[in-house]
Amino acid sequence: MFIGYFTERPYQDPGSGYFGATGKPIMDLTVSNEIYDPKLGSELYNRYLDEKLYAEEMGFDGLMLNEHHGTPFCMGGAMNVEASILARMTNRAKIVLLGNILPIWDDPLWLVEQLSMIDMISRGRLVSGWVRGTGRESVAHNSPPPYNWERFQEAHEFIVKAWTTPGPFRWEGKHFQYRHVNPWVRPYQEPHPPIWLPGVVSRDSLMWAAEKRIPYIMLATEMEPTKQAFQLYHDTAAELGYESGSQNIGYLWKVHVDETEELAEQTARKYVQGPSNPFLAGNEGTVNPALVNLPGLTSRSRVLPTQSVATRARGGGGGVAGVLGRPYEQQIEDYTIIAGTPKTVLPKIRHVLEYIRPGSIFFWDGDGAMTHDDSMRSLRLMGEEIIPAVKEMAKELELPGPFEVDPATGKDIPQAAD
Amino acid sequence: MTAASPTAPSTNPDTAPDTAPSLWPAGWVEETLPVAGTGLQLVKGGSGEPLLILHDEIAHPGALRFHRELAEHYTLYIPFHPGFGRTERLDWVMNMRDLAGWYLMALDELDLGPVNVIGCSLGGWLAAEMASMSPRQFKKLALVAPMGIKPPEGYIYDMFLQVAREFITTAFLDPESTPEFGELCPEAPEPEHALIWEVAREEACRLGWKPYMYYPGLPHLLERLNKLPTMVVWGREDGIVPVSAAQVYHESIPGSRLEILDNCGHLPQVEKADEFIALARQFFA
Repeated sequence: MFIGYFTERPYQDPGSGYFGATGKPIMDLTVSNEIYDPKLGSELYNRYLDEKLYAEEMGFDGLMLNEHHGTPFCMGGAMNVEASILARMTNRAKIVLLGNILPIWDDPLWLVEQLSMIDMISRGRLVSGWVRGTGRESVAHNSPPPYNWERFQEAHEFIVKAWTTPGPFRWEGKHFQYRHVNPWVRPYQEPHPPIWLPGVVSRDSLMWAAEKRIPYIMLATEMEPTKQAFQLYHDTAAELGYESGSQNIGYLWKVHVDETEELAEQTARKYVQGPSNPFLAGNEGTVNPALVNLPGLTSRSRVLPTQSVATRARGGGGGVAGVLGRPYEQQIEDYTIIAGTPKTVLPKIRHVLEYIRPGSIFFWDGDGAMTHDDSMRSLRLMGEEIIPAVKEMAKELELPGPFEVDPATGKDIPQAAD
Repeated sequence: MTAASPTAPSTNPDTAPDTAPSLWPAGWVEETLPVAGTGLQLVKGGSGEPLLILHDEIAHPGALRFHRELAEHYTLYIPFHPGFGRTERLDWVMNMRDLAGWYLMALDELDLGPVNVIGCSLGGWLAAEMASMSPRQFKKLALVAPMGIKPPEGYIYDMFLQVAREFITTAFLDPESTPEFGELCPEAPEPEHALIWEVAREEACRLGWKPYMYYPGLPHLLERLNKLPTMVVWGREDGIVPVSAAQVYHESIPGSRLEILDNCGHLPQVEKADEFIALARQFFA
């Protein structure tokens, strides 16, 4: 079992008068950066890095980062900068990027170079995930949504080739062209850093991951459709002639641990207050219907079970908001938020592990309006009680992670002695 | 982050469904013809010499009044561009000049030319690109609030940051007083209608995402229209393509005629249907 730690790194400014906590309505894309306070931003970047360092100290296997653009719910607009700092300041945990937004890069050679450097500086601890990005990424970097999937696939092929094929070589693709590819960097890991794929919506992406034997990580989706999506991965693998297992699938969801049940509930309610992701569960912001329906971003006909319930006429909006905009109580009920003391949290985590059988999990914590103290209390308890117990559970339930069993071959990976 | 249409047709969910025959007047013919590498959905109706109508970025589910009235004097040819309606998209068509080149091949195959043409908004941009490549293809050219040129003042409205209904509503100065507004933009569109919009938005996005709905070279290339009788029609209160672009079109096309309609938005052919029909009849006569 591989256990990672994640937060969106929200831009928290209780004085801003926005972001739900104050009751003022906001809609996605409508908040101007004129209210951005760089001094506050500076404190927050350092806080989130400190929390990542502490997460490593507490025994997490992976420090996960993500990237969004032009939004207060995630400060990681250039995630590779944060990853570079972690590469030098940590020494054991994997740096898990879920991920770089391939389609928005007009020049993916920058990614070849940056990620190789992060892999070398971290001495081979980079996990290089890719995402297709939400609408706001296409809008922010002006990348054409109907070509999102084509650009994703071509950038992937290009980057892998540049990592593995001696240069110089030429690349004359549909979306990217280079006449001299010969970067003076190479990744530390052979043949290249592991590539993972997180997702929520697209059947195309999941099938692609299964075809490439790349681990697929579902992000904060409800359990039943998540299980169905993973079954689709396993079925596809079987059709392609290999046996996938827990090492091929991962699940990220909200888990907060605290000293008392009361404190846990009081703190976990902050998930859905403040600038947490407005298009995910329970947030007090308002989804921008045009942004979630950018033309052609996801194939109209090929969505995953996690989204199939969202079928409604698209011209007037609808989309994911009505499906995922669920209140705190409901999320507690269906385990998409697990909060409590270690004693009450562990059986619930066990239920999730038994139900969807992932080999990688990520605890999403310290988000919304949670403070540094809230995050640190939870991290400490996770290190002291949750991680050791979950590792035991995973052994008992036979849920190896992608660094124990190779997702591409199903073979055991020799483990270095502890 | 998108949802599947609940009524996607089983054969090919990525194109719009069959439009109900009743949307076109009795006697009009709708067919799918093998043309220049795709199946072209083409509606023909009326009588008289051919008049080609190149539709806009949102397409339309059937005949509007200006179609019906012009059909009394002309044989209308209403094709759905590749990627719109039920015409299969062409993978290699990645920008408006690709599409214009394809259309010239299509007109060759349809044996249409020199032909009169009306191009609306995105279809006007298309017509202008085609005419700049091959001015002798056309007899007379009417451009109705065409996209394609960067307005010297203001910006072309970003249709992709709004849902379809919002965009269409913005295209009218006074939607409430326009009889055909409800038909073009129903409050709760039938799934088939919403899918036509969605298919159109997706292809418009391929053609015009960046630069947004214009080609920087076009004003310079329009010089070639100097022998083609051209009329530029614009609504003074156009909320989609600022009227400042009208002057650039007018100045870039030697000898062109400019008609700016007062109290009118982006769709003069719908919002000021009487005036537009009169102008078109007089121009093409």
